Amino acid sequence: MIRLENVSRVFQVGGESVHALDRATLVVEKGEYVSIMGPSGSGKSTLLNILGLLDRPDEGTYCIDGRDTTALTDDQQATVRRFKIGFIFQFFYLVPRLTAADNVGLPLVLAGVAPHERRHRIADAMDRFGLADRAGHRPDQLSGGQRQRVAIARAVIMNPAVILADEPTGNLDRTSGDEIIRAIESLREQGMTVLIVTHDPHIGGRAARAIRMVDGRIVSDRKGQA
Amino acid sequence: MRAADVIGFCRRAVSGYPLRSCLMLLAMAIGVASVVMLSTLGEGTRRYVSRQFSSLGTHLLIVLPGRSETTGGPPPMMGQTPRDLTVQDAMALTRSTAVRRVAPIVVGSAPVSVGSRQREITILGSTAELLPIRNLALSLGRFIPAGDVSRAEAVCVLGHKARNELFGNRSPLGRFVRIGERRFRVIGVLTRKGQSLGVDISDVAIIPVASATALFNTESLFRILVQARNRDAISRAKRNLQEIIRDRHEGEDDVTVITQDALLATFDRILRTLTLAVAGIAAISLAVAGILIMNVMLIAISQRTAEIGLLKAVGATRGQVLILFLVESTLLSLLGTAVGLLLSTAGLLVLRQMFPEFPLAVPWWSPAAAAATAVATGTLFGMLPARRAAQLDPVTALAEK
Repeated sequence: MIRLENVSRVFQVGGESVHALDRATLVVEKGEYVSIMGPSGSGKSTLLNILGLLDRPDEGTYCIDGRDTTALTDDQQATVRRFKIGFIFQFFYLVPRLTAADNVGLPLVLAGVAPHERRHRIADAMDRFGLADRAGHRPDQLSGGQRQRVAIARAVIMNPAVILADEPTGNLDRTSGDEIIRAIESLREQGMTVLIVTHDPHIGGRAARAIRMVDGRIVSDRKGQA
Repeated sequence: MRAADVIGFCRRAVSGYPLRSCLMLLAMAIGVASVVMLSTLGEGTRRYVSRQFSSLGTHLLIVLPGRSETTGGPPPMMGQTPRDLTVQDAMALTRSTAVRRVAPIVVGSAPVSVGSRQREITILGSTAELLPIRNLALSLGRFIPAGDVSRAEAVCVLGHKARNELFGNRSPLGRFVRIGERRFRVIGVLTRKGQSLGVDISDVAIIPVASATALFNTESLFRILVQARNRDAISRAKRNLQEIIRDRHEGEDDVTVITQDALLATFDRILRTLTLAVAGIAAISLAVAGILIMNVMLIAISQRTAEIGLLKAVGATRGQVLILFLVESTLLSLLGTAVGLLLSTAGLLVLRQMFPEFPLAVPWWSPAAAAATAVATGTLFGMLPARRAAQLDPVTALAEK
């Protein structure tokens, strides 16, 4: 499903080269649930950005579904993102002027899906994450947990193969956080591959596979149920 | 992405930031309204002038003493002034078959008094022909009698205002007014005609031309008004008039003949150009509005950086982001145009109420040109911000909050 080979990403910070990723190699099979942990600045987010095609590696190859993405144009990458990848962010990134339902439907709109089909899919997704009665609310009328559930609904609306979550509970209280983690874990049951970056060892420990990063390198890769 | 969805998204972006959108709409609307209003005023002025000209009379030619052309030859050794036009010159013009009527005009100013009331008004000395040539009409009595133009009859016709000032509500017919040192019997009163090309034709006294030459002690005419038989005869009449005067003035071309049509055409051309120029100046305000749109869109993009990052993360291509922001600025300029057209319609309604006499007319091209310029500038100036949005790097965009 996902194959990273010797991927490096170097940033220039104040005239110095910083290896955000240093020859990282990683293979993730379909349907895996992987947590990525490590101290700040260890390259977790860079790894996630490269996996999400938001960023390009300076070296190495990245294949998704057997297809090499490094040679794709920006627009081709956008299309891969649209159909194969769903993002969940720490700060939700909902469009403030759109209702919850419209935020969920945004990827469908960009993909040019017909309005009547959109309505069905949005209603299904909202229902699934317990947001049926919040469809018409704007983000500022929702609680943090609800906002993140809207973001999760948006991430899965295109039925992507991969879900990338970057500190999805980082901005939430414990109860909402647990709720969100359960929602994300439920995605795996539909065969989605989930990668979650987190600081929280409790969340990291619940994943079937835990990766630990330090200084841009993958230092441990533990498989098996915790 | 569907067109309807693009517009829907942009519509919500416009209504989502009401203050920003209102300011941009206002700038666009003022630009559009000023183009429409100014070109309408220009066109109105043109119509006003042309109406004034045609109210002077039809197929009119005007003979003025003096030349407006320069010909070669040595400078005159002795002081030479152009010959005066005389009443005899005027009467000679009737020989031309192209000419229907001729009215010599002497103009002067003199104190006119009735009893203790005295008033300095314009005195026109002319003949009976003046009435049809100038399209004048009488409200009371009769005009200067036709007949021997050399008879200095002591009769006068008063303009509407002159009559009111001198006689109030009393009938002036048969009464005497004193003009200068002579007494004139009032035989008629003109209808109210108001302004005519700047001359207040209601504040005059018209007397026979011979009386006027005696009153002002001069033989020379101010000008001669000539009416041609018809429209086609105008150019022939012009040639004839010049020939006749040349014969009478020892071969000298010392008069200027202008036709009303030529004069009108000149004014028409000048005023049309002026209208375009004024509209062009107003269009500059549209360019300013365009720059404002660009600024506000740039600010909008920096405020919505995270949103752009998100759009890219959920699969928006560069082209889609570009279109979304371009359509947003186009939508704003379209709305601004609509508001501007409404604004100008309202403004014109007010102007019509205030100046019912003025022939306000919206030139057909002005709303179209204003709208086209507005939308074109809006889109053009929206291009730069939209490109900037499209080129944002998603990682950096999402990192900003």
